[in-house]
Amino acid sequence: MAVEAKATSSAPRTPVWRDPAIRSLAIQALLLVVVLGAGWWLLDNTRQNLNRQGIASGFGFLDHTAGFAIVMHLIPYSEASSYGMALGVALINTLLVTSLGIFLATVIGFFVGVARLSSNWLVARLAAFYVEALRNVPLLLQIFFWYFAVLRALPPPRESVTLFGAFFLNLRGLYVPAPVAASGFGLVLLAGGVALVAALGLGLWARRRRVATGQDFPAAAVSLGLLIGLPLLVAAATGFPMSWELPALKGFNFQGGLVLIPEFVAMVLAISLYAAAYIAEIVRSGILAVNRGQTEASLALGLSPAQTLRLVVVPQALRVIVPPLTSQYLNILKNSSLAAAIAYPELVSVFAGTVLNQTGQAIEVMAITMAIYLSVSLAISAFMNWYNGRNALRER
Amino acid sequence: MTPATPSTGPAIQIIGMHKWYGDFHVLKDINLTVEKGERIVVCGPSGSGKSTMIRCINRLEEHQRGQIVVDGIELTSDLKRIDGIRREVGMVFQQFNLFPHLTVLENLCLAPIWVRHMPRPEAEALAMSYLERVRIPEQARKYPGQLSGGQQQRVAIARALCMNPRIMLFDEPTSALDPEMIKEVLDVMVSLAEDGMTMLCVTHEMGFARTVANRVVFMDQGEIVEAAAPEQFFNAPSSERTRQFLSQILH
Ligand SMILES: Nc1ncnc2c1ncn2[C@@H]1O[C@H](COP(=O)(O)OP(=O)(O)OP(=O)(O)O)[C@@H](O)[C@H]1O
Ligand SMILES: [Mg+2]
Repeated sequence: MAVEAKATSSAPRTPVWRDPAIRSLAIQALLLVVVLGAGWWLLDNTRQNLNRQGIASGFGFLDHTAGFAIVMHLIPYSEASSYGMALGVALINTLLVTSLGIFLATVIGFFVGVARLSSNWLVARLAAFYVEALRNVPLLLQIFFWYFAVLRALPPPRESVTLFGAFFLNLRGLYVPAPVAASGFGLVLLAGGVALVAALGLGLWARRRRVATGQDFPAAAVSLGLLIGLPLLVAAATGFPMSWELPALKGFNFQGGLVLIPEFVAMVLAISLYAAAYIAEIVRSGILAVNRGQTEASLALGLSPAQTLRLVVVPQALRVIVPPLTSQYLNILKNSSLAAAIAYPELVSVFAGTVLNQTGQAIEVMAITMAIYLSVSLAISAFMNWYNGRNALRER
Repeated sequence: MTPATPSTGPAIQIIGMHKWYGDFHVLKDINLTVEKGERIVVCGPSGSGKSTMIRCINRLEEHQRGQIVVDGIELTSDLKRIDGIRREVGMVFQQFNLFPHLTVLENLCLAPIWVRHMPRPEAEALAMSYLERVRIPEQARKYPGQLSGGQQQRVAIARALCMNPRIMLFDEPTSALDPEMIKEVLDVMVSLAEDGMTMLCVTHEMGFARTVANRVVFMDQGEIVEAAAPEQFFNAPSSERTRQFLSQILH
């Protein structure tokens, strides 16, 4: 204590401009002023321009009738719906491509990344070829490839590839029968939901039980039975409260049923295969970052190579994998906007495109669009950071 | 746990074994028989192939010629045999190789649970009994990164023992430790030896070799140069190379 006190009293006073804390505070304050000033100037400028063109500002336009159709909508939507509904449809389409893209890219990426480390020469070479081929071609080109070269090569509606007279594949997409709910259908849906939750719970329970008692439980088989059996049973009990609406050729195209449009398929394929190449490299380097001794110790204990990968290597590799994986997920979200190039109706093409053109509400539309991308990105980052925090190593 | 019926033959039999790394002939005509309960110390200069030899016994390395028979089972590329042998042979590494993402207790329980299908409470009780044996039961809930080197190596020994192995392989278990921690690890190894464990230890702890080993094996340039009881090995080695090595290591 005494020594400390003496040290402070005898230390020469630091001049204000050489104090790092004060310096960094001053720099931050200056930066804030510059940013706010530039922002205000931009906003003011645009508002004056809009005023000159006679465009009213505000978000009231969201209630106005959109007047245009959207080929793919998962919520009820027609030309008579509002711009707000169009935004909803577009957002759902963006989220659909993004979440499917993230899911598929992760699965394929892990698979290819592990395959690249395989001792099987052919498997490792094939995986390496996949990575090199896909990450060295621009994503936009890959989207065009799937859309124009592969899916556009399908026959026109009149010459559709037909299966059981109910499934039709043509260049407008894949048409499948749509379930039409009758009263009581809600129960069947509910049974499906219950079965899904039960299956997930069963998986967790089986692993816990395996660890707690050493006994195996065929969780996968039972889950599958549950998922198919329970809704089917409820449907049978309630007298199959649904009918199927079959797609039918009317004029030049099919009407009715559910359609998986080629733009959507091309987008999901391109974006997940492309991101998977990067994720494969991330997974590979993550696994390589785990000391070889870990694998040897695990094998020496009698664990199988698959158990070693699952219980010892991957949990440690995740610490290295998750941060760059997060930025890949964010890339998938942002790259989904490239779908505008093939007119897949997502956020940028519908809202920041058509809606903006029709209403001229540039500021509001841009602000909403950016706010949406920003919040989804932040949500993804927050989740991944939370996940990574759980995996952190405890050191001394 | 269902230990397979112990065979009557030797614990380990290595017959005319050769190994190459590419063109490099790393092990040349290795012949060694380890009886049940026997304690063997392997020593020799760096790069002489000591690690490679003991790593061949549980197939962390593959030999190209000759035979290795562990507890009556010949080691081939048959995965089932390899699994069977790995369950019966414990190994302790120079760098401990504890799993840093698991607690000490989880490190010990991992193999009993996933390989032996042991219920967790039983595995934990077993793990605690071995932690007491290496005298660190109070560290059970810590992570390996929070332990000293000597404690980590004792955990590694306990982890191998949890699989109830009939043979223990040690690859320079004390070489990465500060002098004051070497003793705590050697003490554990001595008590294992007293309990009749079959042990094959690569080590340069000559005090340990003198007091614990039944035989000392000297390797140089991929060959077993000499294998003899400690008194003879230290007092009257038959080969010039052994004498040279001993004069360096014993100052
Ligand atoms: N994977 C490998 N590929 C090629 N050569 C190797 C490999 N592993 C070991 N070697 C070589 O084989 C020889 C024997 O190595 P080994 O590790 O068995 O020696 P050691 O006697 O254990 O030495 P140390 O006392 O330094 O641990 C060395 O010359 C080493 O360079
Ligand atoms: Mg060695």
